[in-house]
Amino acid sequence: MSTLVIAEHDNGSLKPATLNAVTAAQALGADIDILVAGANCAAAGDEAAKIAGIGKVLVADNGAYEHQLAENVSLLIAEVAAAYDNVVAPATTNGKNIMPRVAALLDVAQISDVTAVESADTFKRPIYAGNVIATVQSSDARKVITVRTTAFDAAAAEGGSATVEAVSAVHDAGLSSFVGEEVAVSDRPELTAAPVVISGGRGMQNGDNFKLLEGIADKLGAAIGASRAAVDAGFVPNDMQVGQTGKIVAPDLYIAVGISGAIQHLAGMKDSKVIVAINKDEDAPIFQVADYGLVADLFDALPQLESAL
Amino acid sequence: MKVLVAVKRVVDYNVKVRAKGDGSDVDLNNVKMAINPFCEIAVEEAVRLKEAGVATEVIAVSVGEKPCQEQIRTALALGADRGIHVEAEGRIEPLVIAKLLKGVVEKEQPQLVILGKQSIDGDNNQTGQMLGALTNMPQGTFASEIKVEGEKLNVVREVDGGLQTISLSLPAIVTTDLRLNEPRYASLPNIMKAKKKQLDVYSPADLGVEVTSHITLVRVEPPAERQAGIKVEDVAQLVDKLKNEAKVIS
Repeated sequence: MSTLVIAEHDNGSLKPATLNAVTAAQALGADIDILVAGANCAAAGDEAAKIAGIGKVLVADNGAYEHQLAENVSLLIAEVAAAYDNVVAPATTNGKNIMPRVAALLDVAQISDVTAVESADTFKRPIYAGNVIATVQSSDARKVITVRTTAFDAAAAEGGSATVEAVSAVHDAGLSSFVGEEVAVSDRPELTAAPVVISGGRGMQNGDNFKLLEGIADKLGAAIGASRAAVDAGFVPNDMQVGQTGKIVAPDLYIAVGISGAIQHLAGMKDSKVIVAINKDEDAPIFQVADYGLVADLFDALPQLESAL
Repeated sequence: MKVLVAVKRVVDYNVKVRAKGDGSDVDLNNVKMAINPFCEIAVEEAVRLKEAGVATEVIAVSVGEKPCQEQIRTALALGADRGIHVEAEGRIEPLVIAKLLKGVVEKEQPQLVILGKQSIDGDNNQTGQMLGALTNMPQGTFASEIKVEGEKLNVVREVDGGLQTISLSLPAIVTTDLRLNEPRYASLPNIMKAKKKQLDVYSPADLGVEVTSHITLVRVEPPAERQAGIKVEDVAQLVDKLKNEAKVIS
């Protein structure tokens, strides 16, 4: 039995999501190799070789893979996957984009967003926005799986010494090209990897008031998130959205400010270790999942909290 | 150009779905059904392309049991020109849906296929990408903006770090994210008109597809419940609890 993990990286370095995917792959009980597909991505490949417990790292270094275009990378993964029983990728937007294409090329089902590995063919995954957990069994000989990164601890980034092999296969489907990107630049940790997250909802009233969260975030080393209501109201951009249709987070501490606690939001944060809710409506559903609830006007509470930290 | 839009019948997004007592499946007795919200956005985008003179015809397709014709009619009321129902029983997996849609693509030869990025029941987020692989079409998933420019389609995508823009050759596949547009409401006259629009029904066999199953649903269960905690009196007590009880800040 053997498992291929698809690395998440930006060519220069490996993204933490890869480490969570490796832990999920370990639960399948097979030998693990990692595929790094990119351009000028040797550094990411070397980093992957240091992860504990990896057999070998396959590096496909070609311009066709530079921007992770699904049309090209899926052809590569499907070819490499022929030698493996399982293909595992993190359920990031990149993994979600590419892996179903891989599954279809291999004529197998994909199991999306796995939160627990029960056995080599049986998995748990949330459905209906996390209101129900399904246990599903795959009858495919080859399994294509994406895993929810917050459900698996990170594997040790150091300690391994895998061999690095070049993959020469070049797949350029010629169907798509990269035009540009707008990446939010922030000194704060990434939302899905931050140990502390502070999020604002409709109660923030406008985008300017999100500044009230910044001072607290700076003191706690926190990422700043938002509810869908705050995004829909135009307060903040969509890449800050925490919820069923946004990012799934599970930090040590989640502070929900002016968020009522709609099902769609809870689906994105209810696995946080400690949840704090600050809301002036004492009947807000968010208090039903909060470890510590503070019924207060956020415009009074936030400045107090910032100075108390 | 011809635009094909896929729509799915799902539980209304306001319904809180529960597992059945015996854990065999979710309980969908007497719950309100609706068009999947992401599919509604897909229909809206197709209709806007037609209104802008880019699309010449909008075809709404759905795969499922007979009642999904209601959702096709909803799409027709929103402005799609005609409907296709691929009648299939039971739980149809995304790979099979993609194969059935491929059959429809081969019949209709659309230049653009728009789907929702995921349905809010299975939360799989697979069908559009799978259809892309099966038809060898490029894909612009999680789209927040699309623009046809000559023979190319530019797609702005919602990705983890922000936004990415890619250029696709046509024919192409787009899957919608929430911010692509705000769907309109169907007017009563349009709902009445939709009842008269053409709706063709195919079987999987008509499309040369065998309905197979790769996944067995073993059981369903409610997620681990979180216990509500305590209410604190003020900020000072909150900070004290976080430091000394939860020990999550220092």
